[in-house]
Amino acid sequence: MVKRFGQITAVDGLDLVVPHGVCFGLLGPNGAGKSTTMRMLTAQTLADEGTLEVLGYSLPRESKQARMAMGVVPQLDNLDVELTTRQILDVFAHLYRVPRAERPDAVERALDIANLRPRADTIVRDLSGGMRRRLLVARGLIHRPQMVLLDEPTVGLDPQVRQELWSLIDGLRAAGVTVLMSTHYIEEAERLADTVAVMSAGKIIAQGTPSQLVSSHAGSEVLEVYGPPAELAQLEALATERGWPYRRSGPAVALLEAERLNGEAPEGVRRPANLEDAFVALTGQEIE
Amino acid sequence: MTAFEQTVAEPTRRDPRRVRRLEPAALGGVMMRDVVLFRRYWKATTFSSIVQPTIYLLAFGLGFGSLVKTVGHVKYAEFVATGVVATAVLFSSAFPGMFNTFIRWKFQRTYDALLAAPVDVEELVTAEIIWISVRAGVYGMAPLVVGFFFGLKPTAGMLLVPFIGFVTGFGFAAFGVLIAAVAKTIDNFNYITSAVLTPMFLVAGTFFPISSLPPVLHTIAKFNPLYHCVALVRDVSLAIYDSADLVHAAVLVGFGVAMWRLAVWRMQAGLID
Repeated sequence: MVKRFGQITAVDGLDLVVPHGVCFGLLGPNGAGKSTTMRMLTAQTLADEGTLEVLGYSLPRESKQARMAMGVVPQLDNLDVELTTRQILDVFAHLYRVPRAERPDAVERALDIANLRPRADTIVRDLSGGMRRRLLVARGLIHRPQMVLLDEPTVGLDPQVRQELWSLIDGLRAAGVTVLMSTHYIEEAERLADTVAVMSAGKIIAQGTPSQLVSSHAGSEVLEVYGPPAELAQLEALATERGWPYRRSGPAVALLEAERLNGEAPEGVRRPANLEDAFVALTGQEIE
Repeated sequence: MTAFEQTVAEPTRRDPRRVRRLEPAALGGVMMRDVVLFRRYWKATTFSSIVQPTIYLLAFGLGFGSLVKTVGHVKYAEFVATGVVATAVLFSSAFPGMFNTFIRWKFQRTYDALLAAPVDVEELVTAEIIWISVRAGVYGMAPLVVGFFFGLKPTAGMLLVPFIGFVTGFGFAAFGVLIAAVAKTIDNFNYITSAVLTPMFLVAGTFFPISSLPPVLHTIAKFNPLYHCVALVRDVSLAIYDSADLVHAAVLVGFGVAMWRLAVWRMQAGLID
């Protein structure tokens, strides 16, 4: 798929297949095209080129059918702040065509999922940020969707709330719901996603399980070498000369695939390679 | 069974149901939200929608009423009470159409949330317009009720006024949505209020007959949909039916349909990238 906004190509030849029943992470820095991709899946953004099929429905022609089977948790809070938690869930149960007789149960189930039963009759503007985020998730699950789109689900949240939401997403994954999640948090992708696609400049530049991505692009070990800036600069020059993959990591130079260095390795601290190493190796960009 | 286990997705399958345009479930869902909000704010909304036209009615009815006894064969108080119905409809449809739409779209992002659900732009816009029109139809009765205290006699034809108010309100609500769709900032509404809506209700035959206007304004007034609302409401309320009422009704329906399609078109362009 291709999507352009004027001179900017937000999505540039994206080609993606998300298997049923997995948690699929789209990992990329801000501006990589993740949110545009998410909006294309709900036909709120239309592709300029390419074809798109969601749950067997061709978009945008059959986008409404697809949205009936899909739940969406947006990056930005778009809750009706003047309604109560229960009223929001009730409205969306109606919109998602939950049969009238099943709506009360659907609302109660969603309240349980979000752990918001004690705040069911609280006006949304009086909920905390974490509660509102959980309500966004519950709203997207009110109709038992086959697939859930989570656009940066924990962006801007404090660590405790983030952990709560991770547990919630873990629960979805365990329940067999297909989850497509965009994130720029490496830890989030590593922790939750079965498969991660690394996005940069509107393209998928690598895809695999987190461990596959790490082993393919950062090896099994990383050697972190600390020292004064001049020494680090010399090491970077040496690494470039020898073709050693490396990245600057705070006050250190991290040599990737350190297991291959053998006797040539300088003094440093060895640690297992992680997804962040792979991500930086792939994109050349540091993210959270 | 936990809440999560109950969330287990069924295997992917195509929904054999054909999705129609303007599905009642989608329209109902959007309006349900409006109704829930209205139940919370109905007092303030009703107050502002009723009081303003009532003030016009009192000011012109009592003020000019002491100077002008009749317009043609119609008592001035009756002339104004029936005319102000259109003003009430205009205020309770065009303003919510502009402001509510803009705020829900640009500030609250409510429309983003609704469009991620199985609702399309046409349904969203139509539901919002219908809800505003229903309210406008009801609020349009307020000046008649006030008019009863000034000697306006109830007639069977007045039962048609909410329907006329609904049709007129539909057109002006859609006009408001259209303006919200093309406005860059909420301040742009000042231009519309000052340059379009205010002159529109002043040359609609509300407070004086348009026949007393200079020829050019008289002709322009005939293209004013609000004039047709005023004329139709006055005719049915005072039981002075003539064939021109069919023209008035046709103009209001045509205005409503045209504004509705334009509003859907511009909102589609604004909401879908």
